[in-house]
Order: sequence, then C-alpha cells, then structure tokens
Amino acid sequence: MDISGVKNGIVIDHIKAGKSMQIYDLLGLGKIDNTVALIKNASSEKYGKKDIIKIDEIIDLDYDVLGYVDSNITVNIVEDNRLAKKLHMELPEKLVNVVKCKNPRCITSVEQEIVHEFRLVDKEKKIYRCCYCDAEHRVK
Amino acid sequence: MSRNLINITDLTVEEINKLIETADDIVANHADYEDICRHKKLATLFFEPSTRTRLSFEAAMLELGGSVLGFSSANSSSAAKGESVSDTIMTVGNYVDIIAMRHPKEGAPIVAAKRAEVPIINAGDGGHFHPTQTLTDLLTIKRKKGRLNNLTIGLCGDLKFGRTVHSLIEAMLRYEGIKFVLISPDELKVPEYVIENMQKAGAEFYETESLEDAMPELDILYMTRIQKERFFNEEDYVRLKDSYILNLEKLDNAKEDLTIMHPLPRVNEISVEVDDDPRACYFFQALCGKHIRMALILFLLGIEK
Repeated sequence: MDISGVKNGIVIDHIKAGKSMQIYDLLGLGKIDNTVALIKNASSEKYGKKDIIKIDEIIDLDYDVLGYVDSNITVNIVEDNRLAKKLHMELPEKLVNVVKCKNPRCITSVEQEIVHEFRLVDKEKKIYRCCYCDAEHRVK
Repeated sequence: MSRNLINITDLTVEEINKLIETADDIVANHADYEDICRHKKLATLFFEPSTRTRLSFEAAMLELGGSVLGFSSANSSSAAKGESVSDTIMTVGNYVDIIAMRHPKEGAPIVAAKRAEVPIINAGDGGHFHPTQTLTDLLTIKRKKGRLNNLTIGLCGDLKFGRTVHSLIEAMLRYEGIKFVLISPDELKVPEYVIENMQKAGAEFYETESLEDAMPELDILYMTRIQKERFFNEEDYVRLKDSYILNLEKLDNAKEDLTIMHPLPRVNEISVEVDDDPRACYFFQALCGKHIRMALILFLLGIEK
C-alpha cells in the first residue's frame, strides 16, 4: 500500500475504480480544511484498477458510509510515516442519511427534513430495511 | 421517555395478555373504570378518514372518564397548509396526555414518536401497521375461543396487500400450535417475507385457492376484502370474485363453533345473510376494539385500577 506523501493521516485504499468521488461527497471531504488527494485508476494487483483517497490528518470518518459503498475498502491510519492501523470495512448495522427510501408511500418521501435511516436485516443478501416504512433496499 | 405503540411487536406476549385481562376486567367491573381517566385528554389525529378506529378510540377515552379532541381529516388540520407531522405533534403534545394518529404515509407515527413527549398510538399508517386492529383481533379470538394457542386460522381474500392479515400472522406466530390456512387467488398470495417469517417460526401453514376445501378444519375464518383494482385483468377478477364471497351455503361444512372475523368495512365479501349466523363475530369484534383500546390507553398512561 502506498502511503507516500502522508506523514500523519488516513489513506482510504482499494476503492473500486470510479467510486472515489461518491465517497468524497458522502464523507463530506469537500467541507474540511485538510489536504485531500484523490487518486483515480491507480493500478491494483487485486482489482486491476482502484481509486485511493489520502487525507493529511487523522480525522473522524464515517466508516459506516465506507462499509456501505464498498466493503472491500481498507482504511489505513498513518502515524509518523508508518502504518499504525489497518481497518477492514463491513456493512454497517445502520445507514443514516446515506440512501433515500424509494417507497412513494413512505413518510420520508413527502417530509424533507426527516433523517433517512435504514437497518441491516440480512448481511449475507445485503438487505436493508427503511426504519420508517420497512421498504427493502438491496446493496448492489 | 413515554411508551408508544407503533407495531404489535412493540408489546411482549405478557403485555398483550395483561391488556386482554384488563379489557375483560373493564367489562366485568365497569364502574371501577368510569372515572379513572378524569382530567386526561386523548387527541385523535386522523390525517385520513376512518369510522371504527377513530370512534372506538374516542368512545374508549370517554368511557374512562377522559376527554377527547382532534381532527378527522387532513383537510381540517394545518397539514392542509403544509405543516409537518413533527410540528403538529410538538404542538398537540402540549395540549393532551396521549395521541392516537392515523396517517396515509407509512412510518409517520415513528416520526411522531421521535418528537412527542406523550405516548403515541399508531392507528394505522398507510398499508404498513395497524396494531390496535391486531389487539382487537387477539381479544376477539381470546373471548370466543378462550385461548390464543392451538388454533387453525383461515385467512381469506387479499393476503398480499392486507396489512391486518400480516400483523395478525406476526402476532399469532408467538403462540404455540397455530396453523395458518392461507386462502387467496394466486395474484393475492401473502408476500414472501411473511412466508419466511412463518418458516423461521416453525409454524404450520399451507396455501390454497379454495375456501370450500379449507372450511371444515377452520377454528377461525378471517375474511378480507378483494378489490377489483388488485387484479391484472377483468377476466381473472370475474372468475374469482364469487369464490371469496362468504354465504350460508359455503358455511355448510364449517365447524359449529367457527369464529368468523372481518376487520371491516365490508363491501360484499360476506353476504348479509351470514350476519345472523351465531358464528358471525365481526360486529362483536368491533366492540372488542373499544375494550382493548380502553385497556391500551390505561397501559400507556401508566394508570392502574
């Protein structure tokens, strides 16, 4: 894993090629003051191509979002140019404001201020249900 | 934090048994309850119309000595001006001790419960949950059969979209020895997730299109309405509509102590001639609805005799 350029910070690795912008948005990286580098289509032994995001400080990240978008992602915490911790993502138990319910009969479809929440009901089949109307949401 | 009732599974089996006990005690010792909710107020917030549910809630609170306020359609509330459920609840919560609400959108009572400081009762949220109907059904079954276990229950009609059917199955899965007979046209079979729940719970069940074939073994027949618009084509509707209309002839081979239930309103799925048969219990069921709602109001307000 290439952590060059990061002394103390986070390297989000093994992002499926093309997904880094989605993750950048979902994590709200556009709103922070830190240096953030997006690397697209880096070569990967495992996947052929991958995206990488580097952040020059150890900040709080919403790991649930990462686990939901792609559970193959690894998060590397770098301290003093060394890999201090490697975290593997998994599907989170709860999704908060990550996806919107598509059921037109759901209360979230008409009231804009409501927090969109889904709970994981089947890890194997990657099925979530809306916490309000129980509509199914399958992770692709 | 106050206790709410959004889904029937919010209550444990013990709590349901306690509610049934209270409902029976209300009938046996009515005078003890006449004034028990004095100075307490119930709001019935009905964002869509209802006859039985709203009136039975209001009758329940009045019979407990409490008062009732509310509205019976979204048009007569600030919802018509675009007020959110949260804002309505935050406002009404200042005026009353408990709220029963019906809303066409699924999950609306959950939004309400998150904001309210008083108990919220879901009186129906679209095609989602209707827990007080299920409590009504359980009380009716208990009163008619003397038990909630070891029963063969036939559910007939629209089993796909009928929320009362799904909730009743979910509630009855918690009791032993229940066998479900699912009687419906192919187009209106119970959803896959309900089947999965029955399988997970190890319940005995089978699906059939024939009401006549299922009739002899049933202890309870729970009828629901089949709506024409649920069918894909007119031909299928015409072919099947009469087979799910209950009349005296179809009851020929039924048990003598069969309990016929229906959440009402009925359109034509139970012929009026059945009303006088002693096995017809749907209007008794509506009475049970008032008693169980009385018990529920007391439970959620934490009031004991």
